[in-house]
Amino acid sequence: MADLYQTQRAMRNMRGAALQRGVIGILDIGTSKIACLVLRFDGTGTFRETDGVGPMAGQVNFRVIGAASTRSRGMRRGEIETMAETERAIRTVVAAAQKVAGVRVDHVIACLSGGRPSSYGLAGEITLASGKVGDQDVAQALAACDPPDFGRGREVLHAQPVNFAVDNRSNLADPRDHLGNKLFCDMHVLTVDGDVIGNLVQCIRRCDLELAGIASAPYASARASLVEDEQELGSACIDFGGGGTGVSIFIKKHMIFSDHVPIGGNLITQDIAQGLRVNLPLAERLKTLNGGVEATGRDDRDMIDVGGETGDWEADRRQVSRADVIGVMRPRVEEILEHVREVLDAAGFDCMPSQQIVLTGGGSQIPGLDGLATRILGPNVRCGRPLRIDGLAHQLTDPSFSSAVGLALFAAHPQDEWWDFEMLADRYPARSLRRAYRWFKNNW
Amino acid sequence: MPIVIDHRPGKQVTPPGPRQKRDPAPSRLKYRLERMWLKPLYRRVLRVGVPAFLLALVGGLWLADEDRRAMLTDNVTSVVTKVQSRDEFQVRVMTIEGASPVVDRALRAMLPVDLPASSFDIDLAALRLQVMQLDAIETIDLRVKPGGVLSAVVKERDPAILWRHARGIDMLDAGGHRVASVTSREVRPELPMISGEGADLATVEALALFDAAGPILPRVRGLVRRGERRWDLVLDHGQRILLPETGAVIALEAAIALDRAEDMLGRDIVTVDLRDPQRPVLRLGIDARNTVRTARGLPLLAPDGTVLPEETEG
Repeated sequence: MADLYQTQRAMRNMRGAALQRGVIGILDIGTSKIACLVLRFDGTGTFRETDGVGPMAGQVNFRVIGAASTRSRGMRRGEIETMAETERAIRTVVAAAQKVAGVRVDHVIACLSGGRPSSYGLAGEITLASGKVGDQDVAQALAACDPPDFGRGREVLHAQPVNFAVDNRSNLADPRDHLGNKLFCDMHVLTVDGDVIGNLVQCIRRCDLELAGIASAPYASARASLVEDEQELGSACIDFGGGGTGVSIFIKKHMIFSDHVPIGGNLITQDIAQGLRVNLPLAERLKTLNGGVEATGRDDRDMIDVGGETGDWEADRRQVSRADVIGVMRPRVEEILEHVREVLDAAGFDCMPSQQIVLTGGGSQIPGLDGLATRILGPNVRCGRPLRIDGLAHQLTDPSFSSAVGLALFAAHPQDEWWDFEMLADRYPARSLRRAYRWFKNNW
Repeated sequence: MPIVIDHRPGKQVTPPGPRQKRDPAPSRLKYRLERMWLKPLYRRVLRVGVPAFLLALVGGLWLADEDRRAMLTDNVTSVVTKVQSRDEFQVRVMTIEGASPVVDRALRAMLPVDLPASSFDIDLAALRLQVMQLDAIETIDLRVKPGGVLSAVVKERDPAILWRHARGIDMLDAGGHRVASVTSREVRPELPMISGEGADLATVEALALFDAAGPILPRVRGLVRRGERRWDLVLDHGQRILLPETGAVIALEAAIALDRAEDMLGRDIVTVDLRDPQRPVLRLGIDARNTVRTARGLPLLAPDGTVLPEETEG
């Protein structure tokens, strides 16, 4: 994991450099759309009160100066399938956002939704020699977490220490300078397929951009759409995307579990196209304009033209009722929610003190989805919109942009990860000057 | 018009619409160029540097030829002269107000160009400075009036006093500035006369003294500046009143009061010394002193002040 430590640290340094230059790009590469936000950080952190954006969650020191989104290309299930196509889509969206912003974007922070994420909870424990927790002790406790076998080609995307405990005092955010005999730490590690990350990095590099950070999409959308209390008391964020549905569970402001259900909105569109024998663009249109999950009697009379250009009069004058569309969509949505239920059960969501469920992502805009989700997932369900951030246009504030907004918050205030802590002394290179400095500091 | 018109439905050839761009993505080259264009340095160089360089290059190449440069300067000068020699800028007449004939002639001689001339050729500020060097002129207001008139409004200095010095006699105005020279005193007999080194620096006081000398003015010959600090009032018959450095007018009025009361100046007195106001001193004339000496039985004095040898009787 030392190798990972170095690369992630390098990305953190890149982020610092980008903040110093004041401009950083956010690239949310999804299966159905790619969004790019250009953020300007003005170092003063002065708060401008504009149209109802309050100084809530640390989004005060940046503003969005350019935003663009485009149809995604070459993506399937949150993974890059055709590199050149995805690269073109990234070029389109970055060029558009740069044009709006009027500045050049060099550093981007991207998110990854696919890649078969799997999360692990690790625990580490050390005995404190000095009876007091120091920087090095924290590093040692983190290093003492015994990683299981992640599998071949797996890369660690997030490794967040979620809890520290000294002797019997638990729930410490910062254990430094605490007195005690033993230091425990719990760490949440999210691993994804290394090749998927490699493809993403390669794709971004081919667009002349530098990667200054990478985050998991369910994590990012949860940071944008969960309010502070929900993050504190325990909640699950379900991100209905095009290629898959991300699930992340938060408690005490830390993500403790994340998973991905590989059924998403594109599959619903495909069902409509197959079930009603229409082409895919029309199916997408039917889904977004007339879709739903609760059929009423009125929907039987609500006829929709599904004309075509085949030249066959019978086929071109065909009509379907809204109830037909709902009848096609509902089983698939139920299937997604059943899968989410299974994921939550596997994660032990039932044991959480507060079982708030927040639906976000583009798929959460299906009318009646919250009612259906209440029946399948649990009583406390709400549809979440992303946090308002300064300068973001109104059409980009709907739930499908929650992971982009979450990435912006991630760029401004990343949570502490394992690589943000002090490096273990024996991990330094053998001839490092810092190693010598550390030796002197520890021995005198 | 085609020969055979096809009236069957659905066969009309619709003109192809504007060709739709298949790929909305910018090409890699276009993307890179756009990003380069967003660099401030490139932007500045391309927007300002390159056009400025091209302009300088074209101008420099064109001006590199000697003939073209000469042609350019000729053209510029010809245009300038054409504008300057227009009828609207011509000055035809010079009018001078308030000047005596002598000054008038001098002013006209000073004008550097022959009239009519363009008003661009007459440098009014320089001309004014030159004219102001004439002592007789106190102020001059020079302007070109519409209608091609160069108007000069002159105020000449008033001679107030005559100053006799080593190089002749000058007329001074009340402020002590030279107005003109005169050949002799008789040219301006009405002006009072002063003399002595530095007398021109104290003309104000001198004029005040002449004013104060009212009753004895017919007897006054003039004022003499002594040591560049005080005045002597010289009367006829060789009488002098030595005035103090400060308060000369008061001292003179005191002397005049004495003269009125006691006819002091009508007596045989050579000098009235008022330099110390506490202690006026009179020096008697030689006749008076001899009279006194005769009465006292002392030997008489010669006109140069020496004691004559006593004449032995018989």
